[in-house]
Amino acid sequence: MKRLLSTFALAGALGLAAAGAQAAKLDQVKAKGFIQCGVSQGLPGFSSPDDKGNWTGLDVDFCRAVAAAVFNDATKVKFTPLSAKDRFTALQSGDIDILSRNTTWTISRDTSLGLNFTGVTYYDGQGFIIRKDKKVNSALELSGASVCTQTGTTTEQNVADFFRANNMQYEVIAFATADEAVKAYDAGRCDVFTTDRSGLAAERLKLTNPDDHIVLPEIISKEPLGPVVSHGDDQWFDIVKWVLFAQVNAEELGVTSKNIDEMLKSANPEVKRLVGTEGKFGEGLGLGNEWVVQIVKLVGNYGEMYDRNVGPDTPLKLARGTNALWTKGGLQYAPPIR
Amino acid sequence: MADWVEPAPARGRTSFMNDPKVRSIVLQVVALVLVVILGWMFIDNARENLAAQKIATGFGFLENTAGFGISQTLIGYSETSSYGRAFLVGILNTLLVAVIGIFFATVIGFLVGIGRLSKNFVIRLISTCYVELLRNLPPLFQILFWYLAVLSAMPNPRQSISIFGEAFISNRGIVIPRPLFGEGTGLVLLTFGFAVLATVLVNAWARQRREETGRGFPMLWIGLGLIVGLPLVAMIATGFPITFEKPELKGFNFVGGMRVIPEFVALTVGLSTYTAAFIAENVRAGITSVSHGQTEAAHSLGLRSGLTMRLVVIPQALRVIIPPLTSQYLNLTKNSSLAVAIGYPDLVAVFAGTTLNQTGQAIEIIAITMGVYLVISIITSVIMNAYNKRVALVER
Repeated sequence: MKRLLSTFALAGALGLAAAGAQAAKLDQVKAKGFIQCGVSQGLPGFSSPDDKGNWTGLDVDFCRAVAAAVFNDATKVKFTPLSAKDRFTALQSGDIDILSRNTTWTISRDTSLGLNFTGVTYYDGQGFIIRKDKKVNSALELSGASVCTQTGTTTEQNVADFFRANNMQYEVIAFATADEAVKAYDAGRCDVFTTDRSGLAAERLKLTNPDDHIVLPEIISKEPLGPVVSHGDDQWFDIVKWVLFAQVNAEELGVTSKNIDEMLKSANPEVKRLVGTEGKFGEGLGLGNEWVVQIVKLVGNYGEMYDRNVGPDTPLKLARGTNALWTKGGLQYAPPIR
Repeated sequence: MADWVEPAPARGRTSFMNDPKVRSIVLQVVALVLVVILGWMFIDNARENLAAQKIATGFGFLENTAGFGISQTLIGYSETSSYGRAFLVGILNTLLVAVIGIFFATVIGFLVGIGRLSKNFVIRLISTCYVELLRNLPPLFQILFWYLAVLSAMPNPRQSISIFGEAFISNRGIVIPRPLFGEGTGLVLLTFGFAVLATVLVNAWARQRREETGRGFPMLWIGLGLIVGLPLVAMIATGFPITFEKPELKGFNFVGGMRVIPEFVALTVGLSTYTAAFIAENVRAGITSVSHGQTEAAHSLGLRSGLTMRLVVIPQALRVIIPPLTSQYLNLTKNSSLAVAIGYPDLVAVFAGTTLNQTGQAIEIIAITMGVYLVISIITSVIMNAYNKRVALVER
């Protein structure tokens, strides 16, 4: 229903709107006073509501960071839970300002959907989870298996590719939401459940006996997950892109939410440019010069955001791995602020 | 007043707009032109905006490789097939659920509807409970119940319930032997076709004789004898060309045989039991609408209760039953789109779900999908309306 509504909204928006210039996204957002952020329907660690209805997670925190940069108030965000298949339509129709929903960056999505990926908040790869009592140690032993997955994801195609490439038989059952796919897997309908490995760690917590299941070692795909914005507003694209870069740069320079006030007095030129005591980089984005200070103070740098939501001390227990800074052997690397 | 003379209407002097016929045609043409212009502006503007945002448009995507798997395909399909092929697979899966669901919904609906009017208290109570329980719960909830509650009670393939070692029931569905057609199958099928044709002809003859002379004919037994007996003789003559491939447990799943997937079972059971509750009420309304005098008259002619129901009451009740029954058939067909919740690959799941997401062409795909449902619904309506005309009261 929601998808149909957004499709109509999309058709309506595209059909009725006069072709031509619209007000800049930043001005629209400032006028309405909050950012509308598309998130998942509940993926622990990335975006899920707690028992009081507050959204938490890495993807949620990223939207809060953008709000912190724009409004100096990390709470000025409204969240729209979206299923995998509804997410792009919601962004195209303008229902949401940012899509921050563990979304894989691919060329077809970047070029044919009228969207722009702004960066990578989490480097992921697809894996499988299986019951221990099936005594399977490798994804290559899965010939003939039934596979549960969520529809409207890159996962569905990766599974097809993996089994075809390895000449194995399989049966895929694709569900509208991850919740239903996990329930069906838990009920024994499928031998394996597949999604991004971070997702596996999160969904595993929803199983009846999480310890009866193991994640197989193979990573069958590249899944760079990141925020997405609509085509056509370069300023907004730049802001969303640079919020993440600022968070990564802050971690690299050791600027955290705890020491940000001392860092304002730092003599290090790189830190000075980051926190806005030298240069006017925030104004170039259409924001205040304090933008990074606001982000780091209210949400934290990339490492803080990671540790708080998915790190080793959370139920997900995900090591930094590929998501460590480039200086520590990982892939997180941001262009410099200068 | 009396000397007031009405002037003769002068031809061509009054405005043609005062002629109601001309006026209505002109207004309709103007309205039509406006609608067409508006529609065209809408489409043109949408196309321009899509191009401006660099969102792909057009129907070329139907020829691109789909690259995803589908768990139930009635026609040949693989990951290398096109989106167009996946679209066909989705339509057929939707139609399969619709046709089989409509069949069971009708059968259950008629039984329960008649049961609601039974003189037997227990049957009446059970039928009433059935109707009130099933029609008052949301269909999605019922389908999820059939899928998750029943599925988790089923054993895994290794401990599946065996039916004489031929068929197996597990949480992977129902596996039955698959018929393999050897040499001579053609002859058997030909005999079968012949038997069906013969049955139809004999039936027509028997009906005519009954109407002329009033004599009955054991049509059921003769028909069964023809349809089962003749192909059997042909089978024996050709040395049993049709063999069966038995399903075998290999690795994770059964290999060989034919499999009915649990998603299909849950969806069909959920939809047909839900819709049957509504049909039962239509049937009850139809039967109640037939005046009791008809039953009394039939009884006084010496017809037994069963025959009274079948020959006197039901034919008259059908006039009331058919129109709302059509709506229920349409509802069932459209409700089959709830399939996406339990992973059954129907049109919405395969086409408006996976395909839409991979291609991102929301407007085209939703339009096509709506068109398909519209066509299916209109065809159903046309068939049911034709049937309705046949059973309608013929005024002489």
